[in-house]
Amino acid sequence: MNKINRNARQVSAQIVSNKKVGAYHHMVFNVGEIAALCKPGNFVAISVGGENSSMVLRRAFAIYRAVDRGAGNGLIELVVAPHGGGSRWLTSCGVDDVVDLIAPLGTAFGIPSEPVRALLVGGGYGSAPLFGLSEVLKARGCRVDMVLGASSAAKIYAPLEGKRSVSSLTITTDDGSAGVLGKVSDVLTDLIDSNSIDIVYSCGPMGMLAAITEIANAKGIMHQCAVEESMACGIGVCMTCVIPVRDSSGVIKMLRSCIDGPVMDGANVIWDSKRKIPEGTWGA
Amino acid sequence: MTFDFSTSLGQARFDNPIFTASGCAGSGKELAQFFPLTELGAVVTKSIMVKARSGRATPRMAETPSGMLNSIGLQGPGIDIFLENDVPWLISQGAKIVVSIAGESVDDYAVLARKMRSVSGISALEVNISCPNVENRGQVFACDPVTARAAIEAVRRNIGGELPIIAKLTPDVTDISAIAEEVVSAGADSLALINTVLGMVIDTETLRPRLAGKTGGLSGPAIRPIAVRAIYQVHARLPHVRILGMGGVTNGNDALQLILAGASAVSVGTATFGNPTAVMKVKSELQNLLVAKGFNSLHEAVGYAHRAE
Repeated sequence: MNKINRNARQVSAQIVSNKKVGAYHHMVFNVGEIAALCKPGNFVAISVGGENSSMVLRRAFAIYRAVDRGAGNGLIELVVAPHGGGSRWLTSCGVDDVVDLIAPLGTAFGIPSEPVRALLVGGGYGSAPLFGLSEVLKARGCRVDMVLGASSAAKIYAPLEGKRSVSSLTITTDDGSAGVLGKVSDVLTDLIDSNSIDIVYSCGPMGMLAAITEIANAKGIMHQCAVEESMACGIGVCMTCVIPVRDSSGVIKMLRSCIDGPVMDGANVIWDSKRKIPEGTWGA
Repeated sequence: MTFDFSTSLGQARFDNPIFTASGCAGSGKELAQFFPLTELGAVVTKSIMVKARSGRATPRMAETPSGMLNSIGLQGPGIDIFLENDVPWLISQGAKIVVSIAGESVDDYAVLARKMRSVSGISALEVNISCPNVENRGQVFACDPVTARAAIEAVRRNIGGELPIIAKLTPDVTDISAIAEEVVSAGADSLALINTVLGMVIDTETLRPRLAGKTGGLSGPAIRPIAVRAIYQVHARLPHVRILGMGGVTNGNDALQLILAGASAVSVGTATFGNPTAVMKVKSELQNLLVAKGFNSLHEAVGYAHRAE
């Protein structure tokens, strides 16, 4: 059976709300019944720039939250950082504008069957999928702690309701403008120890995910991370978003972060592979 | 009178002229969620090599104005696994299949052709002799009439039977019609025009080439005029050789340009990255346009731009 993109649907999604929050935009889209199929970790791919745009590729965004309102009605919420032409176009769209959106795409965070103690770690707008994940974990009886890091206070995305949904929230900033001065990895070991963490979930820049993997490996705990590699299509056809991943038999393969990810087991990813193919990779 | 949308490349017949482009449709499974593959004239597979290949390091992609640069480097499982997994699945979907092959040497093309000769359910063989993403530019067979001929002859000698050979050429040459003439005389039944155009983007933050492979193949609407020109030139030189055209086709109007220049079928590539149903859009828009312009068949429109004033 074909399982690739099996829940994905291409829809015309109407913008319900678009609000600036700090350095980001919180945007809500009316997507119909596909909201019910979205899980924390999944992403959407949106075409940008309008019909005559010179931007030919879709833009991928992690789903911040999906709300199934029943009877085929549903919303997808995104946190968008307007840092490039495509995301600036999207955040400049108004309420009632319609965009071409494909969802849900990619793998989702694995949810443990038993109540465990989970630490959620987000970098910049990478924190977006963690709030929905937190809700799902708490519904399973898990204790959820969270660490959010960014370059400065304005780049921390932590909405009020998100703060309320976790047992503890630690903030780190590179410039010390909020929380602890430093990186999320500086506070991770202590948090894992003091809260007896069983599993780490993360989302953010690749360097941060690599640092978290090192700490999680040293502690012998699971680390599920949502990777960020630039994509052209988001649906598995272009082969540009690949990263080297070790499979269960020890073979390293270049896997697509849109189909085999974005959520991956951090311990299996070969980090530090920018601009080179790791030695021993299948077919290298 | 009903409109005849069918077409042919060599001995192979297709219900409609809109194909995927090589390397732009994954294994077919990725797109099957969005439309039935039987809607396509044919699925053109990624270019498959003799052995498994990791492809190039990342970053492999840079978006450019009305296009993109890629340096995938022919990532794939190799011909044996491909024939075991990908082809049977495509056949099970009822899709028409054009298998694309790529080699690093003339021997590779011979080996690939021998592997293909016993495979049933295939409509045609695209011989990619023009992938720009190889370490050594001297290995781009289609840049030189001598190496282009050698690769196509190797396939022709080893393929046997009736399987049509489509030679895929690069526009990065002085005279593409001369290369076209050479590969046709070497045994190619049809031509695929055009492969991506070699390009580079330099990152002004890092002050280095953006792609790990430094150069990449430019695709998308930015190269469409190059495709139209190349198809026009080759059709003028070789009016009886069927052409599978590709290069920045995003809508029916774009496809019509390639057909008027001389293409008998059109592949949609980069547009699929921006819109998984782009092929369906191109197909319906093209048919409507041809009918609106008064053509009774696709065939009537092929090369129509060449008619006398």
